[in-house]
Order: sequence, then structure tokens, then C-alpha cells
Amino acid sequence: MLFQPINRNYHDFSIVRDKDLCINCKVCVRQCSYEAHYWDETRKKVMHDNSKCVGCHRCEALCPTAALLIQKKRSDFKDNALWRPEFIKYIYKQADTGGVLLTGMGSPVNIPIYWDKLLLDASQVTNPSIDPLREPMELKTFLGSKPSKLEFSKTKDGSPKLKTKLAPQIELNYPLMFSAMSFGSINFNLHIAMARAATELGICYNTGEGGLHKSLYKYGKNTIVQVASGRFGVHRDFLNAGAGIEIKVGQGAKPGIGGHLPGEKINEMVSETRMVPLGSDAISPAPHHDIYSIEDLHQLIFALKEASEYRVPVSVKIAAVHNVAAIASGIVRAGADIVAIDGVRGGTGAAPGMIRDNVGIPIELALAAVDQRLRDEGIRNRASVVAAGGMRCSADVVKAIALGADACYIATSALLAVGCTLCAKCYTGKCPWGIATNDARLAKRQNPDVAAKKMVNLVHAWGHEIEEMLGGMGLNSIESLRGNRDKLRAVGLMDTEMDILGVKHAGR
Amino acid sequence: MSKKVTIDAKGVYYRQLNEQIREAIAAGATEFVLKNVNSQRYIAGAVDGHVKFDLDGVPGQDLGSFMRGPYVRVRANAQDGVGNTMDDGLIVIEGLAGDVVGYAMRGGRIFIKGDVGYRVGIHMKAYMEKLPTIVIGGKAGDFLGEYMAGGILLLLGMFSDKPSEPIAGRSLGTGMHGGVIYVRGTVPQEQIGPGLTAQPVDEADLAVIQGIVKDYAKELKLDAKAIMAESFVKIRPFSHRPYGNLYVPA
Repeated sequence: MLFQPINRNYHDFSIVRDKDLCINCKVCVRQCSYEAHYWDETRKKVMHDNSKCVGCHRCEALCPTAALLIQKKRSDFKDNALWRPEFIKYIYKQADTGGVLLTGMGSPVNIPIYWDKLLLDASQVTNPSIDPLREPMELKTFLGSKPSKLEFSKTKDGSPKLKTKLAPQIELNYPLMFSAMSFGSINFNLHIAMARAATELGICYNTGEGGLHKSLYKYGKNTIVQVASGRFGVHRDFLNAGAGIEIKVGQGAKPGIGGHLPGEKINEMVSETRMVPLGSDAISPAPHHDIYSIEDLHQLIFALKEASEYRVPVSVKIAAVHNVAAIASGIVRAGADIVAIDGVRGGTGAAPGMIRDNVGIPIELALAAVDQRLRDEGIRNRASVVAAGGMRCSADVVKAIALGADACYIATSALLAVGCTLCAKCYTGKCPWGIATNDARLAKRQNPDVAAKKMVNLVHAWGHEIEEMLGGMGLNSIESLRGNRDKLRAVGLMDTEMDILGVKHAGR
Repeated sequence: MSKKVTIDAKGVYYRQLNEQIREAIAAGATEFVLKNVNSQRYIAGAVDGHVKFDLDGVPGQDLGSFMRGPYVRVRANAQDGVGNTMDDGLIVIEGLAGDVVGYAMRGGRIFIKGDVGYRVGIHMKAYMEKLPTIVIGGKAGDFLGEYMAGGILLLLGMFSDKPSEPIAGRSLGTGMHGGVIYVRGTVPQEQIGPGLTAQPVDEADLAVIQGIVKDYAKELKLDAKAIMAESFVKIRPFSHRPYGNLYVPA
């Protein structure tokens, strides 16, 4: 085996096949889109190539005799706190190809997760807790600009009537939405599933930047349509199809980097919806080249408001970066009704690894800073704040709302709900779970009905848990938790961190 | 039956003006004469159908953004963002236009007599019968046709106020992965984006150019023969995946 690249045997996973259990049925061969399993005609048995395994666990899950085990590759490099194995492997790969390291999903890097250092309060003795199983509990959330004061007039019979004209709002039954995942990055089956799940739940899903297929317009009441720099599938009907419009400026997984849907994922239907040639790359660069200032952003926000005749709120989504609070202030002043902030742990279909793992800041700090800044400037009411980027469970959502979020975007957790195993190879277009692929053979592994049901189940479960946590704190409405940082205490954080988060240490 | 509405836009804020236009269209108006237009934004924005706009004065940013079908004539210069994400119709500018004309244009045509600014015709797209086309009678700034994924840009360089400038700024067509840019005469290689070259046009190209020039000359009362009297070059993408080999799976 001469002339092998140096990294030929430094792959991430090993396939362990139990010879006694394996019946050579070839299910693994059919299931593995990376061709790690194959039929060896000479030996008349199923064999495998460890170097091709991405660790998606599809074969393991579907093996009828449970003969397969996917393990981390056991060959360890010599211990070195600086030159950890991933860096060694990166260099081997780049020396072979000269390529930029490409990754998928959110960053696996050990950046502090503040959710784990924040604990929630509960009532004891006084201000008794509320049992949501038997008492009313309000999770209803309205996203959009709120007036700074309300004016009333009196009708003939003396009852008050609201005089103030309210700005358009997005009404949600849960403080949750399915975050932007474009048609193209994930396939049509999952777009139908998200649309149906959002409709059943009374929440919204976000189209992402790939446009909206005609057949999904009927779910418009539960849809937020997204406009990014590439403007794929953006036209007047699209802008008027949803309950809100979002301008995507940035994404937590790749701040300062644009979208790039590889040609492998541009099939007929994606080509039609995006209006880009079949098999070519769909490029949407980091900057909108018509936005170089807050004034320019104002121009696009109002171009969209004009196009939708001021019927729906306009959101601006940015990545959480160093000056996020000042940027958010500018966005609100530019006329946005919603500011969506995506933290450094947010997912993606494709991002350069160096960017994903090194650029941006955690959502917890960004969210607290933005909420505080908008309050200090007296403009917090002018826009809702949506937090995104690695919300793993309902407690993360509750903590985000206590830090000042009006609602949270979830995406990675929605994909996990339909079977994603975070192998992080979304950019190859070969997702064996039928999620991040437009290959019809793979995409049919996702049944839209089943996928919608799983997403609905997830949000129902989180909703119950949120109600339990609220009730425990003696609150009967999510509104009473918004920006209520007194319900949070920190464990093991430094003064600076607690200062930014606006929380006290546990015990105080 | 056409119904003509004349509006004096003097001192009218853009929101009121556009609201007035929308209401008139809802009431059956098919033709507008807008007098004393002075920098009002989004005129004809997102208007659907065969509505005519005749603008006297300089319209503001994003003229005809998202519009699908109207015929817009500007009897003066235009500002930035003309035809932003425009879907269908025709915009004729009798003067010059600013930056980012025809951003992500999906269909229809924009005819400009004079010069244009930076990043014109970027992200243009095409699909089946939808073939957006921009004709620039003067010269263009930097990044003309950047990220172009479809459609046609025709740059004439004839009616310019910038005699000492090259016909196109630097980075012409950079990152383009679809569509075609035609230039009358020649364009210096150093102005063209990496990997691209100006190539001679063939018969089929000339037929396309001739068809566009015929309409352009008619709309702007120019001599089509004089425009066609010079040779043309074309710039096409060197690959439909210009960044396909940039990455390695981590």
C-alpha cells in the first residue's frame, strides 16, 4: 500500500461487525450513502471500509440483527494538550488538498455554555407555585413592534376603545419557531413537515433563503419568508406569502460569511425555486451589496414593507458578534420589528470550520447585552428579540426568555427530532437520514407525516416543560418571565460574566 | 380600457405617494403620469401587471423594486437600486443611474441611456423563459455582473459622461456562474474578474444583441445601426461552479 496519503488510516470511526450476528443481508450496503459498506463478490460477504464512515449510525440503527457497532477510531495520537488530534488531521487534509476545511452543523468546540451555569428559581411557601395541569398557563407570544403608550377613546356606552394603531404582529402559541433552513439545504419532505408542524402547533417556521415552493404557500400564516443577499426565490408573491419577512444579514455558524449551497444539492426543483442553473453553486455572499449602512438597511426594510403593504412585521437576523448590542440598536432604529440573534453555536448546512469554531460570541451573552442596551436606550418595545443558536432543551428556552428573548428559534433540535445524528456532513448532499439531501433515493427516508408528528411532539413536550418551570416560579404567563433575570442565578461564573448576563450568583 | 391618472408628487412623502398609486391601481388605473418626482423611494415597487408609469423628475432609491410587469419611463436620472429584485416589465432611464441596478433581477428589462454606478446586474438569475436583460448605454462602475447566475448584460459605453474612464470598472463579472455579459468594442483584460476573458461573439450572440439593441434604440430614440456598427465581445463564466474546488471535508 505505497503512496497512500498520510491520513489514510486516521479516520474518525471504526465499523465493528459481529461475524456471528451478521447474515450478509446487505441492508447496510443499501443504507450507507458514503459506501462504507460493500458487497465483496470474491469473499461472498459484506465488507466495510472504515475510512469512509462518517459516524451517522444509519447502518447501526437499521441492521436487522444488531450486528453493527460504530465506534470512535481507537488509534490515539500521543497526548498533546496543544496539538490535539483534530488539528493534526486538519493539517494532513489541507496538505493533501490545499482546501478550506468545510464543516456542517453547529460548532462542536468547547466554548463555554452559559445555560449550564444558570439556574432557575422556584417558589417555596410564599408566592405559591402554580400547577399547570389544572390551572391556566399562558405561553402565547406576539412578535412585532409594540407601542410606547396606549391611547383609548370612549364609545357611546362609556366602554373604552383602543385608539392606538397597533403594528402588525406574528402570533405564536409557543415562544418557539423553527429556524431558517433553506429548501435546498434540507429537502422538500422536511419543508412540508416543518410547514405542517408549525401550522398544527400555531407557531411559525422560517423558509430560509432558498425561496418557497408553490405548494407550500397554503401554510403562509405559519411561515416567515427569508430574504438573503442572493435573493433566491424572492418575488412579490413570496414576500406576501408569509406572516413575516426576515432579512438574513448573518448566521451564528458563519458570521461574516455568506451562504453557499454546493452544486451537488441543486436538483430540478431547487433550481426552479432558486432560479439558478442545475448543478451550479448557489452563492449568497456575506454582504447584501445594497446594504453598507444602517440607512441602507432602513431602505431594504422599507422596500419589503412597501412590497407587503405594511401588513407583516419585518425581522432582521444577525450573528452574535462583538458589538452586537450597538448593531441591534441600529437595526431597531432602522425600522425592524424583530431582531433575531444567532449565537456562535448555531447550526448550518455548510460553513468553513475555522469560521464556525472561532467567530462570534455565545448567544447568552449577546442576548443579555442586546436586551439591556435596548432597555437603556428606551427602545426595547420597538422590536421583539428572538434568540437562536443551539437551544438544546426547554430549560435553555426558559433561560433565554428570562434573559430577555421574546421567543427562540430552534433548528438543530428540530432536525434531531427527525433522526439527525449530528454527523455534520450536511454539505455533501448525501445525508443517510434523508435530511440534508436532495437525492430522491435518500430524501424518501423522511416521511413528511412522520417528521411533522415528531416535530409537533417535541414542541408539545417542551411546551409542557416550560409551563411546569413557569408554574414552579409562581408565574402563569410567559410574559411575566420576559427579561425577568431575577429568576436566574449563576453558578461558577466570574463577576464580568454575571455583570453582562445581569444575574446574581447563586446564594445571593 | 386604459385609465390614466396624473399625480403631482411635489412635496409628497414616498409612503403617501405609493399608497396613492396602490389605491388608484385598485380602482382600475393602468397609466400614471407622475409630475415633479423628487427622490421618492420605491415607486412602482411590487406593482403587478401592465401598468404604465411616466416619471418627470428624479425618482429615489429602489425604483421598481420587486415589480412584475409595469412599464416605467424616467425622463431624467435615477438613483441607486433601480429594479431591485425585479421580476418582469421594462424600466427605461433617459439619463444615468446609480449603484446596484437590477440586483438579483429575475426577469424583465432595464434600459439605461447613460452611465451606471457600482455593482450593477449582480446576482441576476434566469430560469426557462425568464431572461432578465440590462442595457447600459454609457459606462459601468466596478463589479458589473458580479455573482451573475443568469440573464444578459449589454454594455455599450457610448453615451458616457466619463470620457477618461475605462468602459467597465474593475472586477467585471467576478464570481459569475451563469448568464452572459456583452461589451461593445473591447474591454481591457485588467478590468475583468479572475479567470474570465473577453471572447469574440458568434452569429448567435450577434442575433441576440441585435434583437436587444433594436428595442433599446426604439425606446430611447437612438440609431440602432450606429450601435451595431462596432464589434462586440462576450464574457461568460469559466465554470458554473467557480468555487467548486475550494473546500476539503474537515
